[in-house]
Amino acid sequence: YYPPLRPVRSRWLALASYSVMCYLAGVAWFMGLAFEPFTLRTYMSENAMGSTMVEERFPAGERALATGREFAAHKKKVGGMPVDWLVKTMQSRGLEVFTQSFTRKLPFPDENKERYMVRGTNVYGILRAPRAPRTEALVLSAPCSEGNNNNQAVGLLLGLAQYFRSQIHWAKDIIFLVNEHDLIGMQAWLEGYHHTNTTGGDWSPLQGRGGSIQAALSLELSSDVITSLDLVLEGLNGQLPNLDLANLFYAFCQKIGVLCTIQGKLQRNDWDTTSGYSHAAQTMMLMVLKQASGRPWGDHGLFLRYHIEAASIRGINSFRQYKTDTTTIGRLLEGMYRKLNNLLERLHQSYFFYLMPSLSRFVSIGYYMPAFGLLAVILLLRALDLWVQLGASPPGTEDGVAGGVQVSYGPSSPGVLSILTPVVISHMTGVALYTLPILSQEMAVQHFPVSETEAVVLTAIAIYTAGLALPHNTHRLLQGEGTEEGWRVLKLVALLYLAVLLGCTALINFSLGFILALSLVPIAAFITPHTPKALSAAIMVLLSPGCTLLYCVFVFQELQETPVSLQDGWMLFLSVISQGILDHALYGSLVYPLLALLIYPCWLLLWNILFWK
Amino acid sequence: MVENNVDTTGYTLFWFHRLMIFYGLLFVVVEGLALLDLGVSPYAGDVFHETPLIIYFFHFVIDYAEIVFMMADALTAVALYLAVKDYNKTVFRKQKYALEAERYPLDCLELIRTPKEMYYIPLKVAMFYLLNPFTILSCVAKSTCGLNNAVIALFILCTVKGSSLMSAIFLALATYQSIYPLTLFAPALLYLLQRLYIPVNWQRSSFWLFTTQYTFMYLGSLCVMVCLSFFLLSSWDFLSSVYGFILSVPDLTPNIGLFWYFFAEMFEHFRLFFICVFQINVFFYTIPLSIKLKEHPIFLIFMQIAIISIFKSYPTVGDIALYMAFLPAWNHLYRFLRNIFLVSVVLLACSALFPVLWHLWIYAGSANSNFYYAITLLFNVAQILLVSDYFYAYLRREHHLTHGLYLKRKDGSEATLVLK
Repeated sequence: YYPPLRPVRSRWLALASYSVMCYLAGVAWFMGLAFEPFTLRTYMSENAMGSTMVEERFPAGERALATGREFAAHKKKVGGMPVDWLVKTMQSRGLEVFTQSFTRKLPFPDENKERYMVRGTNVYGILRAPRAPRTEALVLSAPCSEGNNNNQAVGLLLGLAQYFRSQIHWAKDIIFLVNEHDLIGMQAWLEGYHHTNTTGGDWSPLQGRGGSIQAALSLELSSDVITSLDLVLEGLNGQLPNLDLANLFYAFCQKIGVLCTIQGKLQRNDWDTTSGYSHAAQTMMLMVLKQASGRPWGDHGLFLRYHIEAASIRGINSFRQYKTDTTTIGRLLEGMYRKLNNLLERLHQSYFFYLMPSLSRFVSIGYYMPAFGLLAVILLLRALDLWVQLGASPPGTEDGVAGGVQVSYGPSSPGVLSILTPVVISHMTGVALYTLPILSQEMAVQHFPVSETEAVVLTAIAIYTAGLALPHNTHRLLQGEGTEEGWRVLKLVALLYLAVLLGCTALINFSLGFILALSLVPIAAFITPHTPKALSAAIMVLLSPGCTLLYCVFVFQELQETPVSLQDGWMLFLSVISQGILDHALYGSLVYPLLALLIYPCWLLLWNILFWK
Repeated sequence: MVENNVDTTGYTLFWFHRLMIFYGLLFVVVEGLALLDLGVSPYAGDVFHETPLIIYFFHFVIDYAEIVFMMADALTAVALYLAVKDYNKTVFRKQKYALEAERYPLDCLELIRTPKEMYYIPLKVAMFYLLNPFTILSCVAKSTCGLNNAVIALFILCTVKGSSLMSAIFLALATYQSIYPLTLFAPALLYLLQRLYIPVNWQRSSFWLFTTQYTFMYLGSLCVMVCLSFFLLSSWDFLSSVYGFILSVPDLTPNIGLFWYFFAEMFEHFRLFFICVFQINVFFYTIPLSIKLKEHPIFLIFMQIAIISIFKSYPTVGDIALYMAFLPAWNHLYRFLRNIFLVSVVLLACSALFPVLWHLWIYAGSANSNFYYAITLLFNVAQILLVSDYFYAYLRREHHLTHGLYLKRKDGSEATLVLK
């Protein structure tokens, strides 16, 4: 005998309290991840890099700086990449030198970097491995940037090339790459190297190749002396390199005595104080926000797609007293390459899924997934509850007869069509949001006094907002068919859809999944047509994916200690949208299509439920 | 190998080529054809494992391959539509006789099926097959699985229509294509016997007569096909290359089945034993199920197709689409299903997770095969639960139809049924 279902009211209360508890527990778990006793200390997992001793002897820091100055002079003279000079210099250092030219037309002008038609050349030199068959390679790259940036990086790269040439222990080819137009050049080079073309770029094929690339470092250095080195890990679509690469960097910084940071934050030892904890939390939140954006945060970001472990190392010169000179950085890089040279197989021993509250501490997937799981379980609980309410025999009940509930055939009987209409219309809106901004930019520019970039961003926002009017139009199509059962089925569909969607997202990019879950789970859990309309509508809009993005922009600025005013924040928000669309078009970042084609329609389904008649 | 495949133009299409339906894809047939044109045995390479008839079939239609696959799917849908329609008629007629003879307990009236409710079932079955994303995926990837499905659907149609010769021929063709449909012999025989009002009785000569007749038709057509293959290629290569490939599972490319991981992990000297165990497992269920369901051969066919598609050595999503098409035909069992919600949620989630974990494993390199296999395992467990749930529900409805809906224990308390 099974007891009758509990009265609706008390069941609602119980469920609501479970949901709130799960939500709070999820948030608390996430915030707890930054608390040092809950994290693990990083350690080197790869044997080939762990125990071997390396003696770093790179002597020629001053000469590297001089080369850098020479490079700067030539860059200024040519007004771009001094290809001939670079080829000559690399050749004189004994490398096999090749160039690759590429052109790229952006879908719309990039106002941040002021580029539209991009034309450039990559120059790279290969140091052939003297000790082994040339089946594997390492890459060291430095960008040729506009203005006076990164001249020292190119100088150091050339200095290291000369020094490495004189050594005999290289078992892997070392490729020294100077790429123009940062990621666009990197994309062209990588696609040329791997014979792929995913984003329709136009580049000349590579004339020379090394073996399969095992690891890559990208160097950014804009001053003669530095105070600290910053490690950048976040790559395309939130992919991270193997943790051993970060460990390697940290180990050498410790050994050589260079200050090192992650997210620009130094490590602190006072974890038991409030400020110490908040420092760690800030570092971790910065990592989460950067990862969630799905952008490559340095030139290394595109390597990860090709299963190559890569990171960017950025020199930072602040007002601190203690300075490090270029020779020391050269020694650090020499040590890292010597260790990478020892690798017998790809880096795979350590973690690929992790968050770092400081450079010496990490949280692995097993620790952070429960935070997401606690949020996702709310959706499943709600779905289960709806299923029971819909009058099916409760799952797990032995007897379909004893419940005495009459079931018509299948839960979808209240008109599959009445559910299908909002689902299809929401997705059509999503498709419009995905395609129209770029397609209609010309028309927008003709009719409104805006630039192309503004046109794209404003069209996107306009379509996004227009989606809010959908429920009324959907109902016109339906002719007032909405039943009590109808919205329950729609909500069941929306809940399961959201749960699967967020689950898949969190597996690929935990940060993105978690941030979306934070904002979408509460509305998905509590929305019904019977809640007060105005209040719920306001809350739903405030928690919609677009507004979440806006908050993320402000929080990110706040965490980086560069707070912005509302006005600037809004401008930043607009530029973030255009960057997202560009990242998708140029490098194949998946965040924009995910938001436009899946998350936004899912939110629209919930919006439809609120206005169900 | 993996590195070379990274991000070729068809990246999005590529994952399901490799993962969902790697077995029996058209480009493999093209390879076989090319070898044949060069005068080499198509089985000389290690790629082609289709039957000789398939290769000769595509020899003529390779230029219209897309249309052939679409036609095959349409044919399957039409065959299923007609078969289910006919089957429903039979069911309804039987029910009418039983009602007239007052064989059903009085409280079972709510279990009686009405023509109104049955009217749309054939259409639903056809739509379920055609609109199933798995079918579409399989068709877009040009998997020969679509052709096999068409053959099986035609076999079901002929069986339901009572044409024993055509039924035997199509069953032989299906067996010839992939061995496993062999297990459909029992339900087909049972159904044909039932149709001719021959009781399954060992002492009756009419039973033996028909059984022998059907067996001869089946074996005869199978023999003709195998010999025809031999004369087409004038070698027996295809036997080991097609059937040996299916039975001994040398290719451990990941798919949605249970074999690849298990045999990739196993020590070599246990391999033979476990292959026997795994393969016998597929065929073994025929005996108990045939005994239990001998009055309900069409449901038995559904069960067998499902079991084959779960346990076969190289399952593809097309196989799943075929047995899932039958689910609307068992709509009336809905009230007795126990965990349909859980199972459908798990199936949905797994279908979404397959490509994600595949991406993480092969492209991003950040997850490994264990992640992917965990999902495969879960997917198959969900399928098994789904099938056994339907089995339980079917038996339970039959039980209620003979014993009344509201069962009482001897002491008068309410009883629950347990499947044993």
